[in-house]
Amino acid sequence: MSGHLVIRDVAVDFARPRGRLDVLDGVDLEVQPGEVVALIGPNGSGKSTLLRVAAGLLTPRRGTVELDGRAIVEPDPAIGLVFQEPRLLPWRSVAANVAYPLELAGWPRPRRDARVAELLELIGLTGFAQARPSQLSGGMRQRVALARALALEPRVLLLDEPFSALDALTRERLNLELLELWGRTATSIVVVTHSIQEAIFLADRVAVLSSRPGRIVANLRVALPRPRALDALDAAAVSPLAVEIRRRLGEVAA
Amino acid sequence: MTRGAAILPVAAMLAVALIAWKAIVVVGGLPVFILPPPEVVGARFVRAWTDGTIPPHFGATLQEVILGFLVGAGLALVIGYGLARSVLVGRLLSPYLVAAQATPILALAPLLALWFGAGLLSKVVICSLIVFFPVAVATMVGVRSVDANLLELGRSLRATRRQVVATLEIPAALPSILGGMRVGVTLAVVGAIVGEWAGADRGLGVLVNLARGSLFDIPLMFATLLTIALLGVVLYGLVVLTERRLVGPR
Repeated sequence: MSGHLVIRDVAVDFARPRGRLDVLDGVDLEVQPGEVVALIGPNGSGKSTLLRVAAGLLTPRRGTVELDGRAIVEPDPAIGLVFQEPRLLPWRSVAANVAYPLELAGWPRPRRDARVAELLELIGLTGFAQARPSQLSGGMRQRVALARALALEPRVLLLDEPFSALDALTRERLNLELLELWGRTATSIVVVTHSIQEAIFLADRVAVLSSRPGRIVANLRVALPRPRALDALDAAAVSPLAVEIRRRLGEVAA
Repeated sequence: MTRGAAILPVAAMLAVALIAWKAIVVVGGLPVFILPPPEVVGARFVRAWTDGTIPPHFGATLQEVILGFLVGAGLALVIGYGLARSVLVGRLLSPYLVAAQATPILALAPLLALWFGAGLLSKVVICSLIVFFPVAVATMVGVRSVDANLLELGRSLRATRRQVVATLEIPAALPSILGGMRVGVTLAVVGAIVGEWAGADRGLGVLVNLARGSLFDIPLMFATLLTIALLGVVLYGLVVLTERRLVGPR
C-alpha cells in the first residue's frame, strides 16, 4: 500500500493589479499511506489553493509535492480529486460520467463497463446508471463525483469541501459513506473542510492553516477509534480536541 | 396531450389562414394575376409537381442549398471555434465578418455571379456566405459558454486538446450551434433564390421569374413560392430533429 504524500515548503502567490497576493507561504504537510488528514482554516487561507497544488493543477512559486517519492508537477492518475461542486457532465448519464476518466485514459470498452459497474455498486447507485445528473439529488451527484474520482484507483484522494453544499443530514451520511469507502479502498485522503466536527470525525490528523499567507500552524492527532459511527460526530463536537482546534483557529483568525 | 389532440389546433390554424386568404380574394374582388385563391394555387401546385414543371428546378435549388449550407456551416464551425478560443483571431477577423454580414447579399449577388459564373458554384458561394454568420456567432457563443469548472476537471483528468474538444466543448456548444443552424438553414434557401435571380438557367428562383414574366402564370408563381417555403420548413424541421437526437435531455 502506498499513497505517501509529501508537501514541502510550498509558496503560492497570485498576480494582482497592484503587486502580488501571497496565498501560501512555506506550507509543509506529510500524509502517511492510508492516513486521513483534514485541512481546516479560516476563509481565504488558501486551503483550496493548497489542494490544487497537491493535485498538480497549480505550479507553486516555491516548494515541491511528492507522491511515493515521485514529484507531482502536473495532474496524475494516482491522485483523485473531488471538487466542491459535483462537476458532472450534464449531457452524460451517471454511468458515462463515472466512465469519463477511464475513457480519457483510453480503457477499452468492456474493461471500462466492468469498472463502472463496480464503482456504481460501491456508491450504491447501480439503479441510477442511466439517469442524468439533473435527475439526481445533490447528495447523489456528489457520490457520483466521488465514484469518478475513485475510477482510476488513485493512491491519494483530495477532497475540496466536498459536502459543504449539502444539507446537514445528507452531509453526515456522506461523511460516513466516505469513511466506509476509505476502509475498502485504502487510499490516503486529504479533505478540506470548514467544520471542526467534520474534521475530527473524518480524520486521523487535523492540520490547521493560518490566514493569508497560509501556513500550517498546528497538527493535531485525533484519538477516536475506528470504525467510527455517527454518534462519534456528536462527541467530536464537544471534545477537548474541538476546543483546541477552535482555539488555534481563533488565534490565526485574530 | 395525445398526438391527435396536438395536431388539431395546427390544422385549425391552417384552415383559418386558408379561409382568410380566400376571403381577401372574394371580398376584394382580386383577379387571379394579383392574388389567385388558395384552391387555384393548390391545383397548380399539384399539376406543376406531377407534370414535371417544378421537379428539375426543385432539384437544382435543393442541391445549391445543401452544398451551400454544408460549406458555410462547416467553415463557420472552424472559424467560430477560433473566434471563441483566440483573442487574436477575434481581433483580426471580426471586423470583416461583421462588414460582410452588414453588406446586403442582394447587392453582392450580381458581383458573385460575375466572378463565379452562372452555374452551381456562384449559388453555393452565396448560400455559404449567408449561412456563415449566424452559425459562426452561435459556435463562438456556444464554445465560450463551456463551464470553466468542467475544463478544469478535464485538465485534472489529463484530457488532451482533442479530448477537450470532443468531450467538453462540442457537447456544451451543441445546443447553441444547432440554434444557429436553424437560422442558417432557412437563410440558405433565401441565398439560393437570390443567387438564381442574379443569373441562372435553373432553380426555383428562375421558375418564379419565368412564371411572373414570360409565362405570366401567376398561380404557378405562387405554387413555386409555396415550394420554396415548404423547402425551408422541411429543412428547418430536419435541424430540429437532429437537435432532439443529439442534444437529448440535460
